[in-house]
Amino acid sequence: MIQHLLDGILVGSILSLGAIGLTLVMHTLRFANFSHAELLSVGAYAALVFDGIFGALYPQIRSTLDPLSLTWSLILAILFAMIVTGLSAILIDKLVFRRIREKGDELSMVFASFGVAMVLRNLISLFFGLKSQLFSNDIAFAIVISRDPMILVKPDQVFVLVAALMVMLLFHLILSRTTFGYALQAVAENPVLAQISGVNLSRMLKMIWLIGGSLAALSGIFYGLNNQINPVIGRDLVLPIFAATIAGGIGSVYGAVLGGFLVGIASNLVLMILPSGYSPAVPFLIILGVLILRPNGILGEARA
Amino acid sequence: MIGLISYLVFFATVASILAIAVLGLNLQWGNTGLFNGGVAAFFGAGAYGLILLGGTEQADHIGGFELFYPVALVGGILLSGLIAWVVGILTIRLRRDYLAIATFGVAVAFENLMRNAEWLSGGAKGMRGFERPFEDSIADPFVFNIIFFCFSVLVLLGVYLFLEKLIRSPFGRLLRAIREDEVAAQSLGKAPNQVRLTAFVVGSMIMGLAGGLYATFYAFVSPQDVLPTLTFQIWAMLIVGGSGNNQGGILGAFLIWAAWTASGWMLSKFAPVEAQLYTGTLQYIMIGMIIVGMLLWRPQGLLPEKLIVSQ
Repeated sequence: MIQHLLDGILVGSILSLGAIGLTLVMHTLRFANFSHAELLSVGAYAALVFDGIFGALYPQIRSTLDPLSLTWSLILAILFAMIVTGLSAILIDKLVFRRIREKGDELSMVFASFGVAMVLRNLISLFFGLKSQLFSNDIAFAIVISRDPMILVKPDQVFVLVAALMVMLLFHLILSRTTFGYALQAVAENPVLAQISGVNLSRMLKMIWLIGGSLAALSGIFYGLNNQINPVIGRDLVLPIFAATIAGGIGSVYGAVLGGFLVGIASNLVLMILPSGYSPAVPFLIILGVLILRPNGILGEARA
Repeated sequence: MIGLISYLVFFATVASILAIAVLGLNLQWGNTGLFNGGVAAFFGAGAYGLILLGGTEQADHIGGFELFYPVALVGGILLSGLIAWVVGILTIRLRRDYLAIATFGVAVAFENLMRNAEWLSGGAKGMRGFERPFEDSIADPFVFNIIFFCFSVLVLLGVYLFLEKLIRSPFGRLLRAIREDEVAAQSLGKAPNQVRLTAFVVGSMIMGLAGGLYATFYAFVSPQDVLPTLTFQIWAMLIVGGSGNNQGGILGAFLIWAAWTASGWMLSKFAPVEAQLYTGTLQYIMIGMIIVGMLLWRPQGLLPEKLIVSQ
């Protein structure tokens, strides 16, 4: 029970990072972006590539930071991967979504996002192969916290959880303490009104894609650290992230964080009563539950 | 020669069945503006429903009711309609993309359930043991396939005529009115959500009918038949053909199915062996590009929607 809860919290923190970006985009641009989860794969593979490059250029930064399986080269790679993923999100918007947006139909963007997701996912498979890969081939030993009940935690998992929480705290401070944060909230709330108040809309949209993309990259990398990196990360996580967004309430960053933990914990607790094969269906049940009980999400507001 | 003809018959049968599903999607998306992200689930419900009700007894899962074929087919269609009704009633009053997410979720959950619940659906092995009607009396499989092809085309024609009549009726006018301006329709005393729900359920039942025919044709259904890929293919067919136009939908179904099978055949014939592992990958990229490209450069499709002035 406690083990499932801990695993759930960890998965939850990963999902939260992904859901923050999705909720921002869904709120500002008014469309369900099915390609958001592919940014997680883009981030994970970008980190893999950068890690390889840095490790080859500067072999001295390849030593692991005991007890983590993490290296300095990977930490550096994570930062680069976040930037690259954020820029790819802006590029995709420029190439596809902005053009369709200008024609005016929001639901066509949902269609387009499916197409984009498909192209991205399969391009990744084409370039990196269908096999799963790992950031580190060293075996990370779990630390036994208690024997009865058996509770195991890997040092990497503690790092992921702490790092994810710190990033969320940082984002919270930016949102609630800076002019940029206010502008971001204003754009998400009402793009036209924000423009009248002197916010540069197109620049803010780029920032939203940049933030959403880099948080997605972080989420994908952490997922890869905790599991494996493969081209279907996006396919496997798209529904959990949507469930987190809907549960939290579209547009609410704090709701997305809450929703992420809710989905992560629920999916892991369900494994106590159902065979693990059913876990991909859990997010759907959460979506159904939220739609029945609280259609606008935990922290969301009704809007057309 | 007989080989080529029998292949063409096979191709055209599958394309006609898929075209029926495209027509169902056209009612939802083209005429009403409802986004269905889970076509595969409604198609699958029809297919699984048919084999469950009309199949012979199997050792490892329930079923084997051996119902009369039309009854089993209608049973599958009703199952699709029931799933659509539940999802629709929960989401249609909300933000429009909630339906997209919820239907996408239905498809994931449906495939997951079919893959895991062995007692219900035979799990990953799928469901066998369906006896196709008249298969015993028609000894020659070639003749059987031709007859089945004619049957599929007749059903397609029936669905086409039904939908053409529907969109020219006052109800069709109402659908377009709601799609174009919901508030205006409401101000005239119409109930948009109810009308949308009706269109969504009817469209999903048409997909269920297509799924039933598909399962009849193969006398087999497995989770591989209800993958999200199917949803993408059906969409690509509608977008290429022209959403809002039923003839366009049928044209799109044949074109995309031809492109899909031809690309698969060419890759298996000419591509190096190592690349063949990536046949599916390349095909998905193709479909994804087609969807995005059409939306960017020709969103109205090959045959654009015709404005209908119903009298």
